[in-house]
This record gives sequence, C-alpha cells and structure tokens, in this order.
Amino acid sequence: MLEMKNVYKKYKNGVTATNGIDVKIDQGEFVYIVGPSGAGKSTFIKMMYREEKPTSGTITLNGIDMGSLKNSKVPLIRRNIGVVFQDFKLLPKLNVYENVAYTLEVIEENPKNIKKKVMETLDLVGLKHKVRMFPDELSGGEQQRVSIARSIVNQPKLVIADEPTGNLDPDTSWEIMNIFEEINTRGTTVIMATHNKTIVNTMKHRVIAIESGRIVRDEQRGDYGYEI
Amino acid sequence: MKSNTFFRHIRESFKSLGRNGWMTFASASAVTVTLILVGVFFAIMMNLNHMASSIESDVEIRVYIDRTATEEDATALEEKIAAMPKVDSVTFSGKDEELDSLISSLGEEGEAFKLFQQDNPLNDVYVVQAKTPNDTIPLAEEIDEMEFTANVNYGQGTVENLFSTINFGRNIGIILIVGLLFTAMFLISNTIKITIVSRRHEIEIMRLVGATNSFIRWPFFLEGLWLGLLGSIIPVAAVGTAYYYFYDYVSPKLQGHFIQLLEVTPFVYQVGAILILLGAIIGVWGSLMSVRKFLKI
Ligand SMILES: Nc1ncnc2c1ncn2[C@@H]1O[C@H](COP(=O)(O)OP(=O)(O)O)[C@@H](O)[C@H]1O
Ligand SMILES: [Mg+2]
Repeated sequence: MLEMKNVYKKYKNGVTATNGIDVKIDQGEFVYIVGPSGAGKSTFIKMMYREEKPTSGTITLNGIDMGSLKNSKVPLIRRNIGVVFQDFKLLPKLNVYENVAYTLEVIEENPKNIKKKVMETLDLVGLKHKVRMFPDELSGGEQQRVSIARSIVNQPKLVIADEPTGNLDPDTSWEIMNIFEEINTRGTTVIMATHNKTIVNTMKHRVIAIESGRIVRDEQRGDYGYEI
Repeated sequence: MKSNTFFRHIRESFKSLGRNGWMTFASASAVTVTLILVGVFFAIMMNLNHMASSIESDVEIRVYIDRTATEEDATALEEKIAAMPKVDSVTFSGKDEELDSLISSLGEEGEAFKLFQQDNPLNDVYVVQAKTPNDTIPLAEEIDEMEFTANVNYGQGTVENLFSTINFGRNIGIILIVGLLFTAMFLISNTIKITIVSRRHEIEIMRLVGATNSFIRWPFFLEGLWLGLLGSIIPVAAVGTAYYYFYDYVSPKLQGHFIQLLEVTPFVYQVGAILILLGAIIGVWGSLMSVRKFLKI
C-alpha cells in the first residue's frame, strides 16, 4: 500500500533528515520504526501523510503520488489515514465525543451514523463513560485513547503513530498498545515510531531501524536493538 | 456542502461563542466600543452636514437687470439663464417688490425711502438658485458676462468664506472618520492576536484529520458574524436613545431658526442599520483575519 523509492528530504535549514530511503509496506502490516533521536523517524512518517514533501524520490500511497499531490487534495488523503501523536493533539474546546465526531463531520457523514460510529469507537477504546469530558479533564492515557478513537472512527486503511506512548507510564502504554494491536487485527495497517524497547521486544512485529536518515535494518518480528 | 454540514457549522459557531467565554466578551466589547464612537460621531457629522447644506442652499444669485433693457430683452435673458445646466431655478422680483423689501428690512429708517416710491431708482431682479451650492460662484461669473445684466450679486466675499469653511469642516470630518476606522481596526486586531496562538494549534489539528479550508473557515466566519452583531446591540440602542432625547431637548430651541436637526425617524434607523452592518463586517473581517494565515492554499 505504501512505497518509497529513493526518498531524500533536506529541510530549509540544510539538515538532511531522510537520506535515500527505499521501503515497501503492505496492507495489514504492523511496523515499528526505531532509531536514536534525530535519526529522521518523524520526518519519515510526516512524508507519509504529506505534512512534509520529499525533496526527491517518490512516495506512493495506494497508488497516489504524495509528492506531486496538490495542496487542495491533501485533506482528502488525510481522511484515509489516521494519525496519533505523543502529545495527543486533541481540540481543546471540544469534548471527547465532539473530538471523535469531528473526523466524521469533515467527511460529511450522515448525522444519524455519526452518533453510532462514535459511540462504538469510544467503546472500543474504553471511554464510553467519559463522552462529555474535555481533554484537560482527562489523564494522558485517556487523552491518547480519544486521539486513537478519532484516528480510526472513519475506518482508515492506515494508522500512523509517532511515539504514541512517549508520554505515558508503562501500564498505560500497554493498554494503548493493546488497542493498536486490536486495530491491526481488524486489518488496518499500523506504522509506529517508538522508543519503547519492552513493547517492541514483547509485541513482536516488523522493525525498521533508521539512523541518519537511512534504513539500517528491516526485520520481520525484529528486536528493538538499542540500549536505552 | 450538504445542508446538514451547514447546520453543523451554525451549531458549532454558537457553541464556540459560549465556550470561548471571556474571549467572546472581549471581542464583542471591542466591537461595541468602536461602534459607539462611530455612531456618535456619525450622528454629529450627519447633522452638521445637514445644517451646512441648508446654509449653502440659502445662497442665491441676484441678477440686476439693466434699466435700458426692454421687456423682450429681459424675457430673453431669463430664458438664457434658465437654460444653463447648473441653474436650478430663476425667480423674477420686480423693482417695486425690491423697494418694499428694502424699506421693511430697514425699519424706522426705511421710511425715508418711501419718497422713492414715485420714481423708483432700483432695478428689476432675477433671483437664481444653483443646482449645487458650490457652483454658485462660477455660475454668477458666467451670468455677469451676459447682455442686459447691470450687476450680479451673490454676497461676494462672505459666500467664498462660508463655502471654504464648510468644505474645511467636511474634510476634517472625513479625516476623523478614517482615523476612527483605523482605531477600530487596531482595537479589533489586538483582540484577535490573543486568540491567534490557540487558533494556530486548532487549525493544525483540523487539517490533520482531513478538514478542508472551507470546512475550517465556515464556523470562524459565522462566529465573527455573531460577534459583530452581538457587539452592535448596545451601540444601536444607546445611540438611538441618546439621539431621541437629544432631539427632544434641542429641537424646540431651534424653533423658527432655519438650522434644524435631522428628524429622529428615519435617521436613527439609518444609523442603526449602518452600525449593524459595520459590526458584522468588522466581526467577520477580524475572525477571518485570525485564521487566514494558517490556511495554506
Ligand atoms: N521542520 C524542520 N525543520 C528543520 N529541521 C528539522 C525539522 N524537523 C526535523 N528536523 C531535523 O531533522 C532531523 C531529523 O528529525 P526527526 O525526523 O524529528 O527525527 P526523530 O523523529 O527520529 O527524532 C533532526 O536533525 C531535526 O533537527
Ligand atoms: Mg520524532
């Protein structure tokens, strides 16, 4: 579903964050992206949902060339990709329900279906009882659940997560990982940058290691491979 | 856009007003302060302008007809003047009428002039009114060139002074209005700056989940519109009421003077409509300004 060919990314300040990447990720895979800080993991991920454009090389997502995509078409692409971040990125003035519903309102989903889908998804992440609460009334783990619910409520083919457990304690991290595992089991591709060694070594999946903007290792059921 | 989505935007914009609490209050207050200033100022300007216009339109040209002119000559002159594009009206005032009005305007001393009633030394006069008061002077000069005019009088000197004073006043008014609008923009944009940081963050997130620019913009547009309308309530009520009482108090004192205030109706409705429109424009402008930067096209 996702393919990168000879991708380079040089930021305006001269930093080369992606230094020749070739990779192919199939539908239904679960992929960890590991590597030291500043290695280029986030940049790699950002190019997948067109937050950044590659300087050269091609990125195709389900046959669409992300590099030459018009800015006005970017929102349409984003509707097929769920994104989850370390800092949750919830809309602060919307409550739990509204944050999740926003994804569906954007695609002009029938209001009758919105309620049903939102409640089902909140049930999946275990937050059905807190629908009227606002982000600042929730714990980090709960906020991350909302953010995951928002990213999957419209059933995208791909969910991308950049250090989703980076701000969470170990127990909460496991709960969050179980949700991702469940999403993946249902057929959604999951691509996740992480620094969590225990998780990578326990919940085994494909591991892509990036250093200095290059892929240095790509193994099925791999290990984290770094000392923390 | 589906109609459901449109209702969603309306709902969202009202919700946002409520949840933004004191920011809503601050923005609406900024609009209110601005509009009160504009409203008061506008009422003063319009009244001064009204007075100036009645003074101006009182200016007339007196064309003294040459005593040697025959009746046909005089009629030809009248037709010639009336045909000029700048002329609004021509009225004849015979020399006997002229003498009577001179005598009565002089009172006691006028009695002496009664002697002239047998052998009137005055001229017949055409009283000419220009369509636009500012055209009076060039018009008078043109008429002066014509045959059978003995003299042309429009209050030379005083009228020039009057006109330049009135024009000066109007220019000052325009400058003040422009200044006021700039102050308003400064006031509003300062209020907006406070919201900008949080909006940048919000818009970034909205884009992340696939919202198009117009989907993001609509609620902000509507929110700005409500803010502007909300902010115009007090100014419309205050300026309207104040003018009503002011008129009530002042206009009896102007009774019999030829300077008059503008009637309460329709004037307060006009001011009200202008303030509401201005409020809406300021609100929408301010709101869209605050999101424009973050919407990459
Ligand atoms: N927007 C940006 N502008 C300039 N340089 C950037 C930007 N984002 C990241 N970088 C640089 O690119 C390199 C890779 O960063 P990043 O992709 O965030 O790495 P990681 O997520 O692995 O820590 C770093 O040197 C970082 O400073
Ligand atoms: Mg990173």
